Amino acid sequence: MFDYTFQWRQAYRHLPRMLEGALVTLEIAVLSLIIGIVIAVLLAVARDSKSIWLRAPATAWVEVARNTPALFQIYMAHFGLGSFGIYLSPYVALLAGIAFNNAGYLCETFRGALRAIPETQTRAGRSLGMGQAQTFRLIVMPQMFRISFLPTTNQMVWAILMTSLGVTVGMATDLTGITQNLNARTFRTFELFAMAAVLYYLIAKAVMLAARLIAWRLFRY
Amino acid sequence: MFETAMTWNDLMFMLRGAGVTLWITAIAVAGGTALGIVFGVARSALSPWVTWPLAFVLDVLRSVPLLIQLVLANSFQAIAGLGWSPFVTSCVVLALYTAALCTEVVRGAILSVPETTRRAARSLGMTWAQDQTQIVFPMALRVGLPSWINLTLGVMKDSALVLWLGIIELLRASQILVTRLQEPMFILLVAGAIYFLISFPVARFGERLEKRWRAHD
Repeated sequence: MFDYTFQWRQAYRHLPRMLEGALVTLEIAVLSLIIGIVIAVLLAVARDSKSIWLRAPATAWVEVARNTPALFQIYMAHFGLGSFGIYLSPYVALLAGIAFNNAGYLCETFRGALRAIPETQTRAGRSLGMGQAQTFRLIVMPQMFRISFLPTTNQMVWAILMTSLGVTVGMATDLTGITQNLNARTFRTFELFAMAAVLYYLIAKAVMLAARLIAWRLFRY
Repeated sequence: MFETAMTWNDLMFMLRGAGVTLWITAIAVAGGTALGIVFGVARSALSPWVTWPLAFVLDVLRSVPLLIQLVLANSFQAIAGLGWSPFVTSCVVLALYTAALCTEVVRGAILSVPETTRRAARSLGMTWAQDQTQIVFPMALRVGLPSWINLTLGVMKDSALVLWLGIIELLRASQILVTRLQEPMFILLVAGAIYFLISFPVARFGERLEKRWRAHD
């Protein structure tokens, strides 16, 4: 039944290339998180605004991002936009898809955090003569990021896992893409993907550890 | 964009794909929830010194991309000569993945029941099993069910990844149609609408349940 010889050495030989791929994976995840955070803050403000013209598109964005698969969103960016003559490269499509997804989830996280900040904070800021935007930027937003730090870290880990979907739209330079390429050349599927799994696990743990260190440094008071 | 070559038969093809998506989700969630409850109770009742191997395995399942897990499981079943179809492999992988997430939900829900309440139950002469079924379960259910609904929807969305093993579920079905009809935007919008129609009402129901139950706390 079990007549298979594992060839770990062959897979191990490709480790340097896979590590390069891991860097690209991390790069996409970080970029998508930064873009996602920026958009999510705007969405969170728009969703609680009085104007329906701001509220409706923001709500639509959040609901679509949260109620359809991430893979669908990446397909939309890669294949769907082709109908309008917009052809995104796999890298850009992947980044756009994950950033779209991140923004939707983070918006709800931020909105929850905004609820937790007492109204009096805003009023105190305004009483001190700060403008509305200034109060939001200097008083409310730092507290919002602090409260939502842990969920944002989780989103970062999700973003890393989501980058693996790039291979379905032809992404060839991230960890999964490189692994798939090597797999197509060597047929050492199990060994190569097991190594990729270990690398993903290590990246996820490293990010969690880094986040904990940052939190320890930032939130000492 | 509003003129399309898509026929009713094509739509039926996509709906059949959606049926496969729901079917895989149902099997994975049923199996995963059963396992998750067992693991969750074990992790909350036994000492961490005993359950750390389980905790580690579940942590790995949560930290490795599902796509990688699917490919690994598929090549492993080939190596081991199990002869599983891609459908069976997908269900097993998704069920284990669900179990890993569900364990955390169950554990969190059980831990949310105050220690004093459980001691009171034991002081009244209830056995451990009675305490679990009569006291912990009803109280933990209120905390855990909304998260469990979200988890189920998450698995439904993640099940799109099984297309990599060649299963024709909703997204793969729409991709086949895109290749044939060359109308990516329209067909993907239909696929997205189907996903949305499945997910959105259930998500709304979960939110309302969460709000209503919190009001009675």
